Amino acid sequence: MTHLAQPSRRGFLKASAALGAFTLAFHVPFPEEAAAQGAAQGATAPEVNAWVVIKPDETVVVRIARSEMGQGTLTGLAQLVAEELDCDWARVTTEYPTPTQNLVRNRVWGDMSTGGSRGIRESNDYVRRGGAAAKLMLVQAAAAGWGVPAAECTVDKGVITHARSSRSTSYGKVAEAAARVTPPVPASITLKDPKDWKIAGRPLPRLDTRDKVNGAQVYGADLKLPGMLNAAIRDCPVFGGKVASFNATAALAKPGVKKVVQVGDSAVAVVAETWWQAKTALEAVEITWDNGPNGRIQQADINATLAEGLTAREAFVGNKNGEALEALGKSTRKVEATYSFPFQNHATMEPMNATAIWTAEKCEVWCPTQNGEAALAAAAQASGLPARQCEIHKIHLGGGFGRRGWHDFVHQAVGIAKQMPGTPIKLLWSREEDMLHGRFHPITQCRLTAGLDAQGNLEALHIRISGQSIVAGIAPQMLQNGLDSRVFQGLAQGGNEFTFGYAVPHLLIDHAMRNPHVPPGFWRGVNLNQNAVYIECFIDEVARAAGKDPLEFRRALLRGAPKHLAVLNAVAEKGGWGTPAPAGHHRGLAAIMGYGSYVAACAEVSVTSAGEVKVHKITAATDPGHAVNPQQIAAQVEGSFVYGLGAAFYQECTVKDGRMEQENFDTYPALRMDEMPAVESIVMPSGGFWGGVGEPTIAVAAPAVLNAIFAATGKRVRQLPLKHADLKH
Amino acid sequence: MAKLNVNGRVHDVQVDPETPLLWVIREQLGMTGTKYGCGIAQCGACTVHIDGAPVRACSMPVSAVTEAQKITTIEGLSPDSSHPLQQAWVALDVPQCGYCQSGMLMAASALLASNPKPSDAEIRETITNICRCGTYNRVIAGIKQAADANARRG
Repeated sequence: MTHLAQPSRRGFLKASAALGAFTLAFHVPFPEEAAAQGAAQGATAPEVNAWVVIKPDETVVVRIARSEMGQGTLTGLAQLVAEELDCDWARVTTEYPTPTQNLVRNRVWGDMSTGGSRGIRESNDYVRRGGAAAKLMLVQAAAAGWGVPAAECTVDKGVITHARSSRSTSYGKVAEAAARVTPPVPASITLKDPKDWKIAGRPLPRLDTRDKVNGAQVYGADLKLPGMLNAAIRDCPVFGGKVASFNATAALAKPGVKKVVQVGDSAVAVVAETWWQAKTALEAVEITWDNGPNGRIQQADINATLAEGLTAREAFVGNKNGEALEALGKSTRKVEATYSFPFQNHATMEPMNATAIWTAEKCEVWCPTQNGEAALAAAAQASGLPARQCEIHKIHLGGGFGRRGWHDFVHQAVGIAKQMPGTPIKLLWSREEDMLHGRFHPITQCRLTAGLDAQGNLEALHIRISGQSIVAGIAPQMLQNGLDSRVFQGLAQGGNEFTFGYAVPHLLIDHAMRNPHVPPGFWRGVNLNQNAVYIECFIDEVARAAGKDPLEFRRALLRGAPKHLAVLNAVAEKGGWGTPAPAGHHRGLAAIMGYGSYVAACAEVSVTSAGEVKVHKITAATDPGHAVNPQQIAAQVEGSFVYGLGAAFYQECTVKDGRMEQENFDTYPALRMDEMPAVESIVMPSGGFWGGVGEPTIAVAAPAVLNAIFAATGKRVRQLPLKHADLKH
Repeated sequence: MAKLNVNGRVHDVQVDPETPLLWVIREQLGMTGTKYGCGIAQCGACTVHIDGAPVRACSMPVSAVTEAQKITTIEGLSPDSSHPLQQAWVALDVPQCGYCQSGMLMAASALLASNPKPSDAEIRETITNICRCGTYNRVIAGIKQAADANARRG
């Protein structure tokens, strides 16, 4: 998926920047001499290597290639580097190298994309080697200065000691000399056994909290540059629509307004002294849209297209063993159900934004991004300049959740800046613009059919998914003979990321791809979210139909999947499964594998006779293989329930006349504090693999709660969000 | 021309009287700790205090505020991040992305000022700010820790 860039003979660099399935390739003129330069911004001391700068005052600067959007990756990656470096954690700070520096230095920092819960798990090996290599070089420099063998020196918290001669020095004192030491071959380095970790693996406080409690943290929306103007934008609400014409006369007469411009073929922006002036004036621009044929599409049309796919003859096979259709044909006892899952918007708290300066020679962009390299590609494309003449300054994100791996807002900001050369332009979307122009969670329906044998064992299972493919919408070149393998997240055969855990003698999981006109995107948890609802609610249905306990039924099916089973058992035990619940409370279970980790949840809910649901408590288990910062994993697990329950209860975007109907939190509610359950988080790393933690738990939130709602009411909710369900009982 | 008393200082601002207080604070006064999230008083990211009471500044025109009213923003909650809530937030690592946390802290500090020892239920009922990262349980823990610290201090 991700390709390390190598400079070609002609002096051109081809780089790919990837976020999940999203790959962009672009060419960058690459002067050979530039390879020698490129210390990251902000460093005042020479780097020991690409990952580590140590200043004379002993400050340790760890370079972080991935983006921090709240998920704690910045701290976790710094812990991994510091662990191998054996530095003083109290002196660790971080900085982002820029995407252009990464290109110029032959992608020394590897992949900058931050999605798919990959930030730590996919870079853990090379960042640890980076820390270890820096340590070796620092020790070598000290030993050479003393004329002693490096092997006789020891390090503790950045202090190098040669016991035999009773000498010691510090990293800060030898850093400059260390920068001249020949670096060790990374593959030759033996990394520490995680059981010996002293900095990694511990619940250390985050490095980026302090500025977030006093208003000092600068987000993209807060950026100020000298001479900067502000822009507000309106893109055609109908996807695929265009600007037919616009009249800016009234807007131009408004205070502070500098310019009204068309951006691309589908948007109009107002540039003014302040954003509020720009936003107000934008409302006075008379825009005539050419909605095109999409302007006639309704939600019911999309639903009908998906429903047709549930029984369509042709479908892509994602997982198969035995002969499920044949076995189901013979089955005497069948269970069948149809589920659906809607479009959803990421709704990051900070709306999309980017700040750009364009001149004929250079384009600079400041933006919160989950993928600095893809942002650079967007800036290069929009500016018409080679990438080496562009620069992306990554800014802390006010939420990402997958939305900020897509850079339409960078295209727009540069598109405006290009019409006002030399003037910094900050483009900020209104919440309404953000809601209308998401990259939406894909819409799907699912029909599940199970066949039981005489003993009530699951003999055959057919899961037919019908609906949207993100890859087809974003990067169709990555389809495999038309198949999008990511559709089967959590339901996949084998692999080490999304493995289906249940052993079913006759199994068929297939996908009828039906792509509506709504642009899809990676929405935190992605396809694992609906797949977990489909399989984990349906397994509950089948267990009940077989007259079996949902836990025991799952246990029998997980006989070949010990890690799935372990997290399920953990939540069953801690969640009190099989023991009496408080009066009126009912429990539900769910377990799945995703993003390389194993997760499970046991939810405890009550439902009033009027149908009001209260989620009291969720017990959650995560086996991510290795746990770099357990308290941050717990934070991700808690946050995942907020994101997942908000989606399960309330969130859907619906299409009317080709555009989304929901424009703000009044019609697209988020979970709030009064609805937040208590969360008990069990972090149970079993070692030997690296899984992600930012996303997988979201997937078990909805099915655990829906199964508990069934236990409470006898009613199955199969169409999400559950605000539509009548749960009176 | 409006006169605004923000964090103990009176500012003269020249602005359309319909401009929301949020944008005056962010754009005329240059204090960007107070955030824009929704513009319709739904999310609370723009929460400030007016005479100690929490107000969603995105939906309050600047003309509705008088010079006599004292506005406090996150930058004025304490001079050195020493407010018990700020200390609790750091101790418990409450923020994730952090974008909503200015508003959370302003809503929480207004709550503690009027109710020094709120119950869980009172916290849940009073703090209606949206956090998409999902920090709610740590926010509740932070408010209780700050309340305890205040109680110990007397």
